Amino acid sequence: MSEPVRGPVREVAIVAFGQSEHVPDSSETSEVEMLMPVLHDVLAQTGLAARDIGFTCSGSSDYLAGRAFSFTMALDGVGAWPPISESHVEMDGAWALYEAWVKLLTGDADTALVYAYGKSSPGDLREVLTRQLDPYYVAPLWPDSVALAALQAQALLDAGLTDARELAGIGARSRGGADTGPGRQVVGPLRTGDCPPVVDGAAAVILAAGDTARRLADRPAWIRGLDHRIEAHGLGVRDLTDSPSTRLAAERAGAFDAPVDTAELHAPFSSQEVVLRRALRLDAPDCAVRVNPSGGALAANPVMAAGLIRLGEAAAAIRRGDAHRALAHATSGPCLQQNLVAVLEGER
Amino acid sequence: MPEVLTAPLAVEFPFTRSLGPVQSAFLTGLRERTVLGVRARDGRVVVPPVEYDPVTADELRDLVEVAPTGTVTTWAWNPSPRRGQPLATPFAWVLVRLDGADTALLHALDAPGPDAVRTGMRVRIRWAAERTGAIGDIACFEPAREGAGEPAEEAAGVGAGAPRVGANGSRRGGEAPLRGHNADGQGDIPAGGAGGAGGAGGTGAAEAAEAAEGTGAAETTGTTSTTGPGRTTGSPGTAGCPGTAAYQPQAHSGQFGEPVTGIIAAARLDYVYAPGRTQSRYIQGLAERRTLGERCPACRKVYVPPRGACPTCGVATAEQVEVGPRGTVTTFCIVNIKARNLDIEVPYVYAHIALDGADLALHARIGDIPYDQVRMGLRVEPVWAEGARYPDHYRPTGEPDADYDSYKELI
Repeated sequence: MSEPVRGPVREVAIVAFGQSEHVPDSSETSEVEMLMPVLHDVLAQTGLAARDIGFTCSGSSDYLAGRAFSFTMALDGVGAWPPISESHVEMDGAWALYEAWVKLLTGDADTALVYAYGKSSPGDLREVLTRQLDPYYVAPLWPDSVALAALQAQALLDAGLTDARELAGIGARSRGGADTGPGRQVVGPLRTGDCPPVVDGAAAVILAAGDTARRLADRPAWIRGLDHRIEAHGLGVRDLTDSPSTRLAAERAGAFDAPVDTAELHAPFSSQEVVLRRALRLDAPDCAVRVNPSGGALAANPVMAAGLIRLGEAAAAIRRGDAHRALAHATSGPCLQQNLVAVLEGER
Repeated sequence: MPEVLTAPLAVEFPFTRSLGPVQSAFLTGLRERTVLGVRARDGRVVVPPVEYDPVTADELRDLVEVAPTGTVTTWAWNPSPRRGQPLATPFAWVLVRLDGADTALLHALDAPGPDAVRTGMRVRIRWAAERTGAIGDIACFEPAREGAGEPAEEAAGVGAGAPRVGANGSRRGGEAPLRGHNADGQGDIPAGGAGGAGGAGGTGAAEAAEAAEGTGAAETTGTTSTTGPGRTTGSPGTAGCPGTAAYQPQAHSGQFGEPVTGIIAAARLDYVYAPGRTQSRYIQGLAERRTLGERCPACRKVYVPPRGACPTCGVATAEQVEVGPRGTVTTFCIVNIKARNLDIEVPYVYAHIALDGADLALHARIGDIPYDQVRMGLRVEPVWAEGARYPDHYRPTGEPDADYDSYKELI
């Protein structure tokens, strides 16, 4: 195995982050109408115009909208004429950020606009997400996203790695301490308080390299490491109580090389935060890491944008001076199947 | 602010998927009430079987038969079954490690309530009455009484049990040559197990089920049983028989008559499509027989149909501008292939039309003129059917053709 990437050939930073209001039903706005103010926000933060951007990359899913190539419509909000250098991933925008980061590392571009959006309101999200599962053995059974997360939660409870009280506490803390009880059971053992709200929303960040980043932002959030890993797709092959892909991505991103003070974890279900904290060693008794000061995905989970928002929130904490070294995590697939970890730092 | 429109949108995609050799054997096996797994490079038996090793990505072809009984490794209580799920009444989602397997299979467990379900409980497959070679051939799992007499209980005919043993017997008889792969040469293990379930087997099952709780214990138990008294004495109905967690997987050729080579994976998702503010305004305008474009505040171009943003400038369009109704054909094509569910005789002409006052051409069908007389520059106007909310087609106005220079930027 090759050595982990340390000290990239080029320094790349997040210099701006913006997100929409996340609402249960955005039927008044099309995707581009929802996205455009967010794009304008991040451009305004840097003083860049759309034509100044070297590379544009987005993340979204046609299955949410129920329309093929729906992302091309969103490009109307970018101003893609004269033709721009552009790419798209049918994934959370965190993976679009990964592609843009690589693009900047190659030296092909000095700036990148990364955005993501998800409108879950047109469809039934729990049904829609079944279509990402193995089409031979699993998808025909239509196991919805909450059911699969509930299997993972029960495995954690059986293993004695969490209990109902801790899960309820995670949900309450994520929603700002408004502890209204764990709510009704959705798919046992998960209750409404353990599950993410289904919302529509969008987010965007701007990446910049080296001195360009220093010029565009007072305190750029430097990406010290970034890696993503995937596990076997068979749920019954995996140990659902652990996340070796998160741990490996964190190692490769250099997360364990020095302590972090803040962690933004993309855990759509309270039980998944337990898995991630263990994988990332955030559960040590003396660990003072602030986990999800933004509220995380339990507060707002716009599908396809929530992972990018974790990177954006971590960067924003650094830019505000609230954090110096932060870990950001994004996930995709059932039961934390695929995981991305970034390590961000303020100027040394 | 106009009323925002919505419309139902159903997306159906009945994919026809071909199967690889391992998937084909597994799904054909289900049709024949036989559950196959595949042995991975590390020796684990993976059920449901995969074509490639989950760790090394090596091609896997070493099929084994596992038991239709197993142990729940985790579960989730589903109080509100949804469309397409295996059971219509409240049930538990379960991951089940079938006896002889080292990984778990996802399915539904038919149980009266969450109090009747726990991790480590013993379950068995309830086969669907009609089987086609699909994961749904397993109708669901059902609780199996722990401890003594599971195979005997099957023979006694709980649910589909009684006809099943008979069918199994005749099927297995017919495929006797395929059973020669059994490692220990015992022949028809399942039938023997069913007949011989007694005290010894029951005890073994109870121990094994207990041991299987937690992680990976079944493997250890199974290893023990191969060298245990059950195997060495060769007597059926001991710890190695189906219905016990210590069941040893049997080699299997994967060969069946009329193998299933593909599945049709039907899927339907229902949406409520909402086009947003701008397009709602446009569609409502059409219903009033007005065509409403929107002007870009930066480049001043008028877009029709408007989508809320200027694709060149990337800014919101807000100022509404009524355009047309007349316009100019900028370019066109002749359609010679009849679209399904479209009641228009071919050939017909589909054209880009620059409405007067618009800076973007929209597209529509041209009618009331022979298809071979349509030309660039032709002046047209919309034709509204009685009570329609949008134009049916465009027809010639009779005006002289537009000068090429007047529309060349819009082609």
